[in-house]
Parts: sequence; C-alpha cells; structure tokens
Amino acid sequence: MEFLLASALGIVTACGVYLILRGRTFSVVLGLSLLGYAVNLFIFAMGRLTSGHPPVIVDQATSYADPLPQALVLTAIVIGFGMTGFIVELALRTRNDTKSDHVDGQEPEQSSGSISASQDGKAT
Amino acid sequence: MSHFLVLPIILPALTGALLLFFGGRLAITRVISFMSCLVLLAISVHLLSEANLGAIQTYALGNWSAPFGIVLVLDRLSGMLVLLTSVVAVAALYYSMQGWDARGKYFHALFQFQLMGINGAFLTGDLFNLFVFFEVLLIASYCLLMYGFGEQRLKASVHYVAINLTGSAIFLIAVSLLYSVTGTLNMAHIAERVATSSPDDIALIRSAGLMLLGVFGVKAALFPLYFWLPTAYASASAPVAALFAIMTKVGVYAIFRFTTLVFGGAIGASVDLTSPWLLPVALITLLLAALGAMAAKRLLELIAYLTIASVGTILIAFAAGGTEGLSAALFYMIHSTLIVAGLFLLAEMISQARGDAQDTLHAGPTILQPVMLGIAFMAGAVIVGGLPLSSGFLAKLMILQSTAESANMPWVWGMVLGTSLITMIALSRAGSMLFWKTSYEVSASAKAPVTTQWLPVIFLFGCSLLMVIYAAPLKQFTNATAEQLKNPEQYIFSVVGQTLDRAPRALPKEAK
Repeated sequence: MEFLLASALGIVTACGVYLILRGRTFSVVLGLSLLGYAVNLFIFAMGRLTSGHPPVIVDQATSYADPLPQALVLTAIVIGFGMTGFIVELALRTRNDTKSDHVDGQEPEQSSGSISASQDGKAT
Repeated sequence: MSHFLVLPIILPALTGALLLFFGGRLAITRVISFMSCLVLLAISVHLLSEANLGAIQTYALGNWSAPFGIVLVLDRLSGMLVLLTSVVAVAALYYSMQGWDARGKYFHALFQFQLMGINGAFLTGDLFNLFVFFEVLLIASYCLLMYGFGEQRLKASVHYVAINLTGSAIFLIAVSLLYSVTGTLNMAHIAERVATSSPDDIALIRSAGLMLLGVFGVKAALFPLYFWLPTAYASASAPVAALFAIMTKVGVYAIFRFTTLVFGGAIGASVDLTSPWLLPVALITLLLAALGAMAAKRLLELIAYLTIASVGTILIAFAAGGTEGLSAALFYMIHSTLIVAGLFLLAEMISQARGDAQDTLHAGPTILQPVMLGIAFMAGAVIVGGLPLSSGFLAKLMILQSTAESANMPWVWGMVLGTSLITMIALSRAGSMLFWKTSYEVSASAKAPVTTQWLPVIFLFGCSLLMVIYAAPLKQFTNATAEQLKNPEQYIFSVVGQTLDRAPRALPKEAK
C-alpha cells in the first residue's frame, strides 16, 4: 500500500508541477488543483496508513487510526476549494480584460519561426 | 486567562462580517471600520504593555489546554507586531477614506479580514493554525490587490495568486511532515519533540524545516523568491500597498519564530538549521533589491524594491548578529515598515499631483504643491536611506555595531553600507526627475493632494521621528524582545509546561 500511495503521490505532484510551469492560465489552474490533491493525500498519509482501526478510543481496539490528519485534510480541502474558485474567476477575468490567456496577460513574442501553434502553450 | 488576547482576531473578524451588511453605504462602513481600527489600536497598546512585563501569556481557544487545543501566545515579539500592524492599518485606512474605498463595495470588509489574518498569524501558537491565518490574510490580499481592477492589477494578481497557492501547498507538505515525525502541531511542543527526536528522524525534520524556510521566504520576498513582489505592490492601490508593507513582515516574523523556537537548540535535529542559508540569501536579496530600486521605471516600483531591501537588511542582522543583531533587526523592522508604508501613500499623492505622467520616473509636467511634496519626499528618502538624525540611521548603526565582531563583518558592512549608497542614488535620481526635470505646464488631470491625505503620511513619518526621540527605551524593549526570543525555554514552558507531564505520547507513534 505504501508503494502504491507514494508512487501515486509522486506522479500527481509531478503532473501538477509540470502544469503549473506552463504558460496558459488554464493549465496553471489545473496544475494547482492537482498539486492540491497530492498535498491533501500526503497529509492524510502522514497520519500513517491504517485500515479498519477506530479513530476514537474504544475498549477492544488494539490500534488506532490518527484522526487529526483527517481534520487537517478537511480544512485544507475547504481552503483549497475556495482558492481554486478564486483563481478560476481571476483567470476568466484576465482572459476577458487582456484578450489573452497567457499568464503574463499578453502573448509572448515569437522568437523564431519554428514554433508552431501546437507548441504555443510552452512557457517562455 | 485574559480574554484581551483573542480580541485582535475577533474584532476585525466581526467588524468585517458586519460590514458585509452595509455594502453600498459608504458613510456607515467608514465610521464602523475606522472606529474598529482605533479600538484595535487601543487593544494592541494594552497587549504590548502586558507583554512587556516579561511573562508570556497564552490563551487556550475553547479552553482546550495546550498540546491538544489551539493556543494563542502573546510574547513581546507578537505584541510588538500586532501594535505595528494596527498603527499602519489606522494610517492606511484613513488614507483610503479619501476616495479609494468608494471604488468598490467591500473595501472595508476586505481590509478588516486582512487585519484578522495578519494578527492571527502573529498571535497563534499552532503551526496548522498559522497556515490557516496565512490563507485568510492571503485571500483578503488577493481581493485587495485586484481592488479597483484594471489590466495591470489583473496581470500582477495572476502571478501573485499562483505563487502563493504553490507556497501554501509546500507549507502543508512541511507541516504534515513535521506532524508525522513529532505527532503534534503546537509550535512549542514541536520545539520540544524536535530537540529530543531520534537520530533517524533528523533528515525528515530538517527537510521540513528548510521547506518552511522556503515558504516563509516567499511571503517575506527573499531571493530567489521575490520576483512577484515589485509588480504586485507597484500595481496595488496606495492604501493597500501601505498595508502590504506589513505583510512581508509576517514572513519575517515566521522565520524569526521558527528559527529561534524550533531550530535554535544545540542538540539533535534542532541544531541551527537556517544560518548557513539565511545570511548569503539575505545579502543577495539586499543587493538585488538595491539594484532593482536603481533600475525602477516607476516610483511605486522603486518603493516596492525598498520593501524587499528592508527584508534583506532585517535578515542580515538576524543571521549575522546573534542576540544583539536580532534586537537591531527588530528596531529596523519597526522603522522600515512605518516608513515604507508612508512612502507608498506619498508616492500616490505625487502621482496624483503630476497628472497623466503619474509616477513614471521620466521628465514630466510640473508637479502641484512642489514644495510640500518635495520636502516630504526628501524626508522620506533621508529616513529610508538611513542618513544621520533619522530612525534609519540609528537602525543601520545598530546593525553595524551588532555585527562588528562577527566573522562575516566585511560582507555585512560592505553590503549594508554599499546598498545604502545605491538606494540614496536611486532616490535622488527619482527626486530630481519628479521635482526638477519638469516642463512648465501643469497636467490637466493633476490634482493637488488635500490636507486629509497628508495626515496619515505625516503620522507615519512622525512615528519615525518618535523612534529617534525615544530610541533608548525602544532599544531596551527590542533588547528584551531579542533576549526572550533567544531563550525559547520560557516560551515552551509557558505554552505546554503545565500540561506536558500528563500528556500521553502522541497516537500516531503507537498506532504504527
């Protein structure tokens, strides 16, 4: 289970970081969300991976699941949700006002003719 | 348990919520918001006077005692910063009432939420709670930064929001990493557990600590994480930028708190984590900020770079000067926050008095009220550059003195003195552009600043003058503060001392 979770976290984080580094607001927003998911799972995992154990004290239990990270994840999800909503609105507003969805608010200057339209999303 | 301690958070929160109901009615919101700010100022004076007695007060929220519940902690440092926040807030809010707040419905509500976040970050004794208050102050600052809209602000906001959201993600990773090793989120408790942690955990703890340093570095605008600041601050409206002058200090505060409390020990994982990084980074920050000020194309951008330079200077003193350096850093922190906030307000008045040329640093039309604005700009430049008889001079002198014996003395002295010169050149260049190199016409859109706009600027500059007059008692206070910070045992005992013996070992360890 550890390997599965750790590699999943790694992949999601890597995707998130890659997307954040791209030049269009849409991919940046997606990247930030992915990074947020990875972080939430990470917090959850930091309470140790257990299954089938009660989080609060009962007589028969031999071992417990840590309830605190779950509370933290809940807070982090709520905050992350609000922030994502905000940045989506911000990205749309910027797109509207500047007529460009580039993170700098303007299209990058084409330095060489070889850049085709499909590669346009690369950050400069 | 005095309930005063929770008021700097509760009061702006309630005021902000109340103001939402009065959205469009400007007169009422202004009165409520400003009264609340004045009450906040009175409360923070009271809190500081209590903190100055030397004892560290704690406030257990919901009466859950320390390692289990969330506590607020008031020591000299947090008392001082809460007071500094409310002083700047009163000035910025008063200035905003000369017209800025009328451009949208919820300026005052957002302003109050921002204050709540800043005060909360200064007072909390819980690491996750610190994250929450960071988010509160950040989301309020996102809205305030965009306040009034405009293309420039939107562009700056996208960068600002994206970098801060990334920072928050890293903050959470570091917090949960620390939690997984220490099993607690209370900062005092973390400090204790870190000092006694097993050797296997040292690598994890120290990487979490360095991640935290990175996150706080984003907030404090340290090299190489400061690139968001100049555009963001230069495009914010003047009262917002003035309030933001205190926001970088939240990052500095967190660095101070964490470095002295958790990584200030002598054994195990707690041993001096940040100092190999902090001094070089702070030196580079200061140098680049001074060069940035020199290259700035707008006055607001120049002042934004001065904000970064102040952070660099503070952390240089902290990293190189020991307890005495910390004391000098605190003195410099008060000075620079007040003066930079005042300069942001002044810059907007200058920009308004020039009309279409705004605050761009090239030859433009004749400025209105040239004598008054010129004198004020010169006074501001003298103070911020640190020429004799100003609070900046005293602060820099203290920093130089505190590092005189240190091995890094040549670096520190060279950089602090050299960048002071560069800053002075940049400011003189800006001043001569704005006031001397002008044509004979006055721009049609120029408006002379009114007396009510002058008041907050005079107030902030006056505070800096008071710092010179009362330098001795203030230095004694910062000495005592530095002393308290460098001896974290008192903090740890005050927060978890009473309950720790009865605390069971944290669950996750046994549940493994």
